[in-house]
Amino acid sequence: MSWHELWQALWHQGESINQTIIWELRLPRIIAAMVVGAALGMSGALLQGMLRNGLADPFVLGISAGAGLVAIAMITLGVVQTLVPVGAWIGAIATAILVYTLGYLGGGLSVERLILAGVAISSMFGAIQTTLLLLADDGRIQSALNWLIGSLNGRGWPEVNNVGPYVGISLIAACLLARPLNLLNLGDDLASGLGTSLVRSRLAIGAVASLLAASAVSMAGLIGFVGLVVPHGVRLLVGSDYRWILPCSAIGGAWVLTLADLLSRLGTVELPVGAVTALLGSPLFIWLLYRRGQRG
Amino acid sequence: MEDYQEYNLSDALLEAQNLVGGYGKQTILQNVSLSLHKGEWLSLVGANGSGKSTLLKLCSRILTPQIGTVLLDGKAIHQQPANVVARQLAILPQQQTIPSGLTVRQLVSLGRTPHQPWWQWELNAEDRQMVETAIAQTQLTALSDRPVEQLSGGERQRAFLALTLAQNPQVLLLDEPTTFLDLHHQLELLELLKTLNQEHQLSIITVLHDINLAMRYSDRLAMLKQGVMKAIGRSDDVITPKNLRQVFDVEAVTVITPVGLQICLLSPSHTLVKSRDPTVT
Repeated sequence: MSWHELWQALWHQGESINQTIIWELRLPRIIAAMVVGAALGMSGALLQGMLRNGLADPFVLGISAGAGLVAIAMITLGVVQTLVPVGAWIGAIATAILVYTLGYLGGGLSVERLILAGVAISSMFGAIQTTLLLLADDGRIQSALNWLIGSLNGRGWPEVNNVGPYVGISLIAACLLARPLNLLNLGDDLASGLGTSLVRSRLAIGAVASLLAASAVSMAGLIGFVGLVVPHGVRLLVGSDYRWILPCSAIGGAWVLTLADLLSRLGTVELPVGAVTALLGSPLFIWLLYRRGQRG
Repeated sequence: MEDYQEYNLSDALLEAQNLVGGYGKQTILQNVSLSLHKGEWLSLVGANGSGKSTLLKLCSRILTPQIGTVLLDGKAIHQQPANVVARQLAILPQQQTIPSGLTVRQLVSLGRTPHQPWWQWELNAEDRQMVETAIAQTQLTALSDRPVEQLSGGERQRAFLALTLAQNPQVLLLDEPTTFLDLHHQLELLELLKTLNQEHQLSIITVLHDINLAMRYSDRLAMLKQGVMKAIGRSDDVITPKNLRQVFDVEAVTVITPVGLQICLLSPSHTLVKSRDPTVT
């Protein structure tokens, strides 16, 4: 397809086969990649800020484990495939609520307790998930693994229409959390001295981040590294003001995942996009760490 | 130095009444009352773990008391929204997290947050003026575009002080503001606070470990021992050999210098009265 034909097809002109390819195959998948990428990038930026921990990613609060457990259970037990995204979403949100409840027990919502609760729940659910996988039929393992690595294969308008609005609203809500994030960055005591309610802001940030991550997971499975690496890269570019970090992380995540998805389709066999992000993300992350070490 | 008895209790700007509280279910303070008047400087002294920081945190709404109330200008602070309290009262905690990448001006600008409605993203003219004033008062104008992490200890402490000044508070609480500073920078910071206290009628409570500095700079002292108010009043009433022995387990004498300044000297033997109770941290 030439540039001219592409341009025509975008405006619903020219050959109908080109129009179909653009409007029904390429464009919806690009938009799906952007929605998922933006959700992951924003979620990672929110959680890294709230937990003051550069190792935080959208899945640190147990979201991957919860979504994974429900999804794998559904796949291995042979539940209708179309229900898997909804199940994964519910699993993710339920796990985030569980982790927050554990973090809240004993008063306050301390960063350490949230992280520890997330790690504990993740490893427990992970163990159950592995057991389920080992017991499953071969054919189902294949599709379960595909989901665990994360793939955009076959995603299009239905997913964008179902999940897109939630992601859009959450992205806007997330941008409004820039101020509490900037203050939380100063430490708990100074942040509360400046009029931030620690519990309320951590609840709001966690809720928005979980909604975003759960939406992304329900669309494309567990795509790793985007939510971890993108906020780091953005911070190198725009500094440490969350009024800039948050929107830029969403935009950055959208572009990175779109690019990764494009790369995943270049070869003769389509790779799951999650494998591409991990393959690209790991060296990039090491490079970022190296650069940061040099600066400091 | 003013006599604290001249103050009428009813015109206290900040008043803590019968506070019982601590972290979570743990109780550190047992029934402590305190009042701070407009333009007054009060220092809290006492051994480690005696509840000085807890008292400051209760008075600044960081912690909620189990029993008792804190009144700011006659209104209970724990019944008001946090940002409303933060417009009148600022606290500089003992240890600061140094945010990476923030310049001094960006840091100080965050002090304006309690005054900004949620839809206001940028500083308005008044905010900007307050920020610049705070930077100038703390003599950081030349450093205002430098990242905070590149500053020296004394400069950092001044930058965080500027942040609290940008809050434009009536009451400023400082938890061991001089701890990590050398002698010169300790005096520099306290002189700056003295200027703010005298010229701008800023009411101040400091936690200070150096009793001589506390006596030199503050109008009144409050001495805490294991969560109980041991003594409160003018320095010569509070810093007595008896109180020092009971609170710090040290033998000490207090001397009035020829210029009329009271100082406290550890006895030449410098002996501890008894070994410290290891359960008291």
